[in-house]
Amino acid sequence: MTPRASALHAARAPIAAAYACALVVAVLSFEHPLVLAALGAAIVATGALARCARSLARAALFGVPFAVAIALVNPLVAREGLNVVLRLGEIGPLGHLDVTRESLVFGAILGLRALLVVLAGGALLSATVDPDELLARFRRVSVRSALTAALAVRLVPVLGRDARRLADARRCRPDAAARPNTAERLQIVRAVATGAMDRALDVAATLEVRGYATPAAPGRGRRPPEPWSRHDLAVAVSALALLALCAGARLAGVAGFDAYPRTELALGTAEWVLAGALVLVALAPFAERRGIEP
Amino acid sequence: MTVLRFDDVTYRYPNAPQAALRDVSLEIGDGEFVVAAGLSASGKSTFLRAACGLVPHFHGGQFAGRVTTGGLDTREHGPAALAAVAGTLLQDPETQVVLSTVRAELALPLENRGLAPCAVARGVEEAALALGIGELLDRPTHELSGGELQRVALGAALAGRPPLVLLDEPTSQLDPVAGDELVWLLRRLNEEWGTTIVLVEHRLERCLAAADRVLGFESGTVACDAPPRGFLEWAVECAPALATPAARLFARAGLRPAPSGVKQARATLRAHGLLDVGAPASPEAPPARPRRRRLRRRSQPEPAPALAFRGVWHERSGGRAVLRGVDLALAPGERVALMGRNGAGKSTLLRHANGLLEPTRGRVQSAGRVALLLQNPNDFFLAARVADELSEPVLARAGLAALGERHPRDLSGGERQRLALAIVTGGAPAAAVCLDEPTRGMDRAAKGALAGELRAAAAAGSAVLVATHDPEFAALAAERVVLLAEGRVIADGPAGELLTGGWYFATETARIVDGALLPEDGAALLRARMTLEVHP
Repeated sequence: MTPRASALHAARAPIAAAYACALVVAVLSFEHPLVLAALGAAIVATGALARCARSLARAALFGVPFAVAIALVNPLVAREGLNVVLRLGEIGPLGHLDVTRESLVFGAILGLRALLVVLAGGALLSATVDPDELLARFRRVSVRSALTAALAVRLVPVLGRDARRLADARRCRPDAAARPNTAERLQIVRAVATGAMDRALDVAATLEVRGYATPAAPGRGRRPPEPWSRHDLAVAVSALALLALCAGARLAGVAGFDAYPRTELALGTAEWVLAGALVLVALAPFAERRGIEP
Repeated sequence: MTVLRFDDVTYRYPNAPQAALRDVSLEIGDGEFVVAAGLSASGKSTFLRAACGLVPHFHGGQFAGRVTTGGLDTREHGPAALAAVAGTLLQDPETQVVLSTVRAELALPLENRGLAPCAVARGVEEAALALGIGELLDRPTHELSGGELQRVALGAALAGRPPLVLLDEPTSQLDPVAGDELVWLLRRLNEEWGTTIVLVEHRLERCLAAADRVLGFESGTVACDAPPRGFLEWAVECAPALATPAARLFARAGLRPAPSGVKQARATLRAHGLLDVGAPASPEAPPARPRRRRLRRRSQPEPAPALAFRGVWHERSGGRAVLRGVDLALAPGERVALMGRNGAGKSTLLRHANGLLEPTRGRVQSAGRVALLLQNPNDFFLAARVADELSEPVLARAGLAALGERHPRDLSGGERQRLALAIVTGGAPAAAVCLDEPTRGMDRAAKGALAGELRAAAAAGSAVLVATHDPEFAALAAERVVLLAEGRVIADGPAGELLTGGWYFATETARIVDGALLPEDGAALLRARMTLEVHP
């Protein structure tokens, strides 16, 4: 992670994290397709301006199948909607099944929201927020929780590598099939879990000898307040404005959307203004380029 | 001034049948460079963990006696408090680095001590400068190589300039160059900053020349506490597995005192007029053996290779080429050591041998099944009992029948390696047996036993290809050495030629006596020169 690759990177970690969380809140606040499309465009543009489009693309590789699965499942489980587009009749445990246009539309909206949450809350957050800085600030609130978080953060990739090594080792056995069967997969999972205990103990021992459990020393946690940079201010204002726009729109009934029994959505000036405002507010911090490294 | 003091310390791990430390009493003074030596499970790592407070605070168990580290009694102060006076570096670099950037990792111990931000920033810069890792400061830790990780972990142990640094086999995962650099870095810290160093190490030939004092551990007790030369005299007499190749060379040649390193050894030989003597090659000298073998091979038709790499390339998608047209063939029964620095492509090449990886160009041929033993034997253990990993006859053939009820992870390093080898071979001869860094963390006795097993496998007709950083093990286990660099074979020849006449890819004996590979060969050469000297 380049420290000052964009305004989002240059802002302090809690503020950058709050910005990503504000985008997630915005996505979860609306079901209106126009607003969700605007938020999607804002997230993708944010990723590009923060120079982490590749991270977003990688996350999309996992997120899109997940979104498609949601979009496909919804019509099969939803029993609402007036416009039947496909009559599937009696299907085993699902009973009588009619696929409606409304359930298809709402499934697509749910899938889109899931994808946007993965992109904003997962990829954008991890690509632009320094987890060490976030942990260091969180540690002042709760040492034990931060210790657990540090262990978990460190162990996830370590255990992933362990699992890959164990799978490779299994393939080296003379009687191994090219692909492990379910029992063999379970054996690998169990071995990784056993190894996880050893790994966790090693990491915990390292944290101990680095003095992580030292009782609060004078001055510890009392870092003199740092002045807010222009990037801190810009990103924080943008996050707050996003939340304010969401709250205001919800209170004013803008971007209303009813999925059932018939798909109905408001599509007036207010909705277009809201969509444009969300994009502008989300991207505004990137207009400030001073101090950003090429 | 004493920085570390043990008073009658006895310690037993929870549920362990016997004590790991027994009545250990010693003092280590300010500015000393101390090496702790011993076979596996002799108590040296436990000694280190007692010094940094992990024993008993972290591990539990029964503890008697008193350890005083930097003036703090470890019974009253835990590892976190002791971290201010003792920096600790444990064995596995992957679990030694906790945070996601190098800068944060170096800052962590300083922040934990409550230092002001400017003091933290200064400490980070100084540690980075001292270790030459300034360019790594903003790199994510998951992108670092093993050697870089080890340096960063050492930087975290040194940040804040603790008066005492405790290190548990820090070079076990490094290539010879990086390992030597780390040891000399410790020597520099010791000489320039006066930092007291306590280093646990199996490969003593790497660090004895830098040490002031050596502790020899045996069954949880300090059996020897002496300067390096005194320790080596003791080792030659009482614990031959701990004697360095140079010490064994001198002992076999009847020379004294035992040298602590190449420089001392050569100086002694020069003083005796035994260096640079134009003596004819002894009939026992090793270079003669490969020459005979090569002549024999030329006169006979080449046998079909047991394993062959034909123009093998491996290019990572979107990345660099790891292997660049490797051509290498192993005859049945041939023992080959694959050497090269970290990242040279050794592991990648081995993974092509049994199909774990497919070449992006070229092909791999074998005369039958290829058994591949990966770096960590623990990765092969999926069951909770040794007996569930393999059938009884195979266990018996591997000499592990008596250990059937044990958990595989509870075995010693050598036993685990033997079990893993039996798992990949299935107890039956394979066309080729490939091993990736099999000696990491092994003591000299276990290495000798493994070399014997490899010789037996070759005698049964298997070709043996072993990737190793350890020239001593390569000399013991292989008759031919292949040197890889940047994914290419840059040298390929008899061990007697390739492991002599170099600096890094050479045995200690070869660096002392030109033309000799192992202490036995070197001693024979020296004896021949002594005879020449007496009867010109």
